[in-house]
Amino acid sequence: MVALALALVVAAITVVCVVLFWTHAWWFPPDISTHGPAIDHQFMLTLVVTGIIFVLAQVSLAYLVWRNRDRGEGRKAVYSHGNNRLEATWTIAAFVLFVGLTFMGYHIWAGIHFVGAAPGAMPVEVWGQQFAWYFRYPGPDGRFGPTHVEKVDDAMANYLGLDRDHDPDSKDDIVTSTLAIPVNREIQIFLRSKDVTHSFFVRELRIKQDLVPGMVIPIHFMATKTGRYEIACAELCGLGHYRMRAFLQVMTQEDFDKWLANMAAAQ
Amino acid sequence: MGLLLSILIRIHLIAPQAKIPLLELLSHTGAPGGVMSPEYYLSLLTMHGTIMVFFVLTTAPQSGFGNYFLPIQIGAEDMAFPRLNMLSFWVTLAGLVVLLAAFFIPDGPPISGWTAYPPLSAVGGASGPGEAVGQNLWIISIAIFCLASMLGALNFIATTLDLRARGLSLGRLPLTCWAWFITAILALLSFAVLLAAGALLLLDRVGGTSFFVPGGLIVSDKIIHHSGGSPLLWQHLFWFFGHPEVYIAILPGMGVTSHILSTFSRKPIFGYKAMVGAMATIGCLGFVVWGHHMFVSGMSPYSAFAFSVLTMAIAVPSAIKTFNWLGTIVGGKLRFPTAMLFALGFVSLFVTGGLSGIFLGQPPVDIYFHDTYFVLAHFHMIMGVAAIFGIFGGTYFWFPKMFGRMLNETLGKIHFWVTFVGVYAIFMPMHFLGLEGHPRRYSELSGFEFLKPLMGVHTFISHAAFVTGAIQLVFIFNLFWSMFKGKKAAENPWEATTLEWTVPSPPPHDNFAGRHPVVLRGAYEFSVPGAAKDYVMQDSPK
Repeated sequence: MVALALALVVAAITVVCVVLFWTHAWWFPPDISTHGPAIDHQFMLTLVVTGIIFVLAQVSLAYLVWRNRDRGEGRKAVYSHGNNRLEATWTIAAFVLFVGLTFMGYHIWAGIHFVGAAPGAMPVEVWGQQFAWYFRYPGPDGRFGPTHVEKVDDAMANYLGLDRDHDPDSKDDIVTSTLAIPVNREIQIFLRSKDVTHSFFVRELRIKQDLVPGMVIPIHFMATKTGRYEIACAELCGLGHYRMRAFLQVMTQEDFDKWLANMAAAQ
Repeated sequence: MGLLLSILIRIHLIAPQAKIPLLELLSHTGAPGGVMSPEYYLSLLTMHGTIMVFFVLTTAPQSGFGNYFLPIQIGAEDMAFPRLNMLSFWVTLAGLVVLLAAFFIPDGPPISGWTAYPPLSAVGGASGPGEAVGQNLWIISIAIFCLASMLGALNFIATTLDLRARGLSLGRLPLTCWAWFITAILALLSFAVLLAAGALLLLDRVGGTSFFVPGGLIVSDKIIHHSGGSPLLWQHLFWFFGHPEVYIAILPGMGVTSHILSTFSRKPIFGYKAMVGAMATIGCLGFVVWGHHMFVSGMSPYSAFAFSVLTMAIAVPSAIKTFNWLGTIVGGKLRFPTAMLFALGFVSLFVTGGLSGIFLGQPPVDIYFHDTYFVLAHFHMIMGVAAIFGIFGGTYFWFPKMFGRMLNETLGKIHFWVTFVGVYAIFMPMHFLGLEGHPRRYSELSGFEFLKPLMGVHTFISHAAFVTGAIQLVFIFNLFWSMFKGKKAAENPWEATTLEWTVPSPPPHDNFAGRHPVVLRGAYEFSVPGAAKDYVMQDSPK
């Protein structure tokens, strides 16, 4: 009775899990980046492999518990200490399967991290602070001016500590609170933090990367669909972590040029 | 305590404005009017993680069961260094007292989570509530705990190597002893590193050093006068400890599960040597995979790939364990006391929790899932509830030996069924929150549009947690009731084979009453052809 109950409960849990994954009851948002489909594909591949193992292992457990229960009959359990050939088979199979999976995803990781941004990529700095995001565009000179921690003054809207009077490279820098980018163009992001560690996460871009104080961390991507998307902080950064939000606005090149000109005028 | 904190966390997530009078008593500022503030949520979350990881998952299966049963299972009258053992106990308690003291100071416990990443944890009160005195207490508590664990670990290693009974070769050790032994080695090597890291962090906070804090920071409009430190250094040191810690939590559960499955299948463990080899391999590989916690941290992406390959390799010994547990059941004659149910539950949870690790071990897939609820689901399933199922299994199995009375089986089975279904109901939906990209450690859902539709899932999880939490009261009642009123236990009520079942229940103070057992066979001789009974004790001449 207990054996049957356990077998049924394990089987029921397995079925519910499979149905929920199969029907995509909760799922990723649609991808909007050039590298995203490969990540989604690697996820699906892993889901299929682990899903099959999950079902086989749980159903085997349920069946074996029921099949081998003590029915009060006279039989003795089998006296066996194992089987070396079986042991070797599943060791090798597990190694090939699991290590193979990670090698199959190698090219995705390499494409994101081992290769730099394409020539002509548009540079943008992403700055995190408790609990806000700022974005800096280098302006027509294409150069970011230096930042000075002692010149940071939120009341004067000098969030990054720029010295526009003395640093020529800073004069045309544009600092915004929304990350606007043109669609179908390679973007080179430089991640920086003013205070503690944050993490830049845009679900639709399939991008997450920490902003580590003292480091400038580059990432690059290309967005393929216009729209407005939420940027979340994914690394615990303090009491307002849950509301550290900004927007990514993916625009046509024409709209972006207008937007950037408006922002430059407002500096 | 750790469980109660998780219940408070679950209440806040679905009802941020809920009034909990008890909380106001604990902290006026953290919960004015009994309404938990977002920062107090983080304080409770930090304490939940710290208590559970250090003072429950590290302490109970190793220091608790291990200290009691390692000497008896190897035929010794006590641990090698009883005074060291006592010292380890009291030092652990001191660590807990220091940690809990953080509840009673004005700025409350720290908000930096159990991982305490600097600079959040290193720059003092400027970075948030609890980051002044509370964070100091946290570091001191963990440092004390590290010392206690290292003392205990030395004792386990010496005891296993030196005090085994005559005839008890390493190849005849029960798998529980192997698990405690390997866990002790992991603890000795990894807690030393955490202790050093904690000392450096404390120095950064109070000694003016800059191990983990770079220059040029401005926190809450205050310029931080440090320079040259690296926040990533902490992450490397922390996870060098943190990943072996996962195995410190789960290995004893593996040992207990193997032991119980063999006993109640009435069958030798399938592939004894492979089981020992798998645990040793897990232990070794556990020291070279820490970087998989840091794929998106900004460390070299080349090393990330190397860590990924090693991480996927560690899935292999885990798979061997699972196959061998199933192999143990095949052809067995299964009995189902509550201990066996928890052992079987452990196998199910270990499979489920282990498989989600295959996603997280791959850097390109981890990009999306890192620091989301998918990670919460993964580690709660495997190092949380699977490990706790090991503790429950051990409790139901050894209680008769410890107290001379049986636990009530009806209450035990109610406890198992609700807990087993309950933990799946709590943690399975967290995978789906992860698929939706829900970041962890968010105290409210109100900050993001994409989170608001997920409130229904949170509500379901919270209610499942309330029911599962409540049923633990049945377990606690069963413990105390059975201690005094339970059915008297015989010397060997489970018809098991290892040495603890050759002594009275409860055992005399020196375990064997002056007798020196001689071991004549392996630990799992069940259903031996030609034997009178379906089990042969380790010290039995026939």
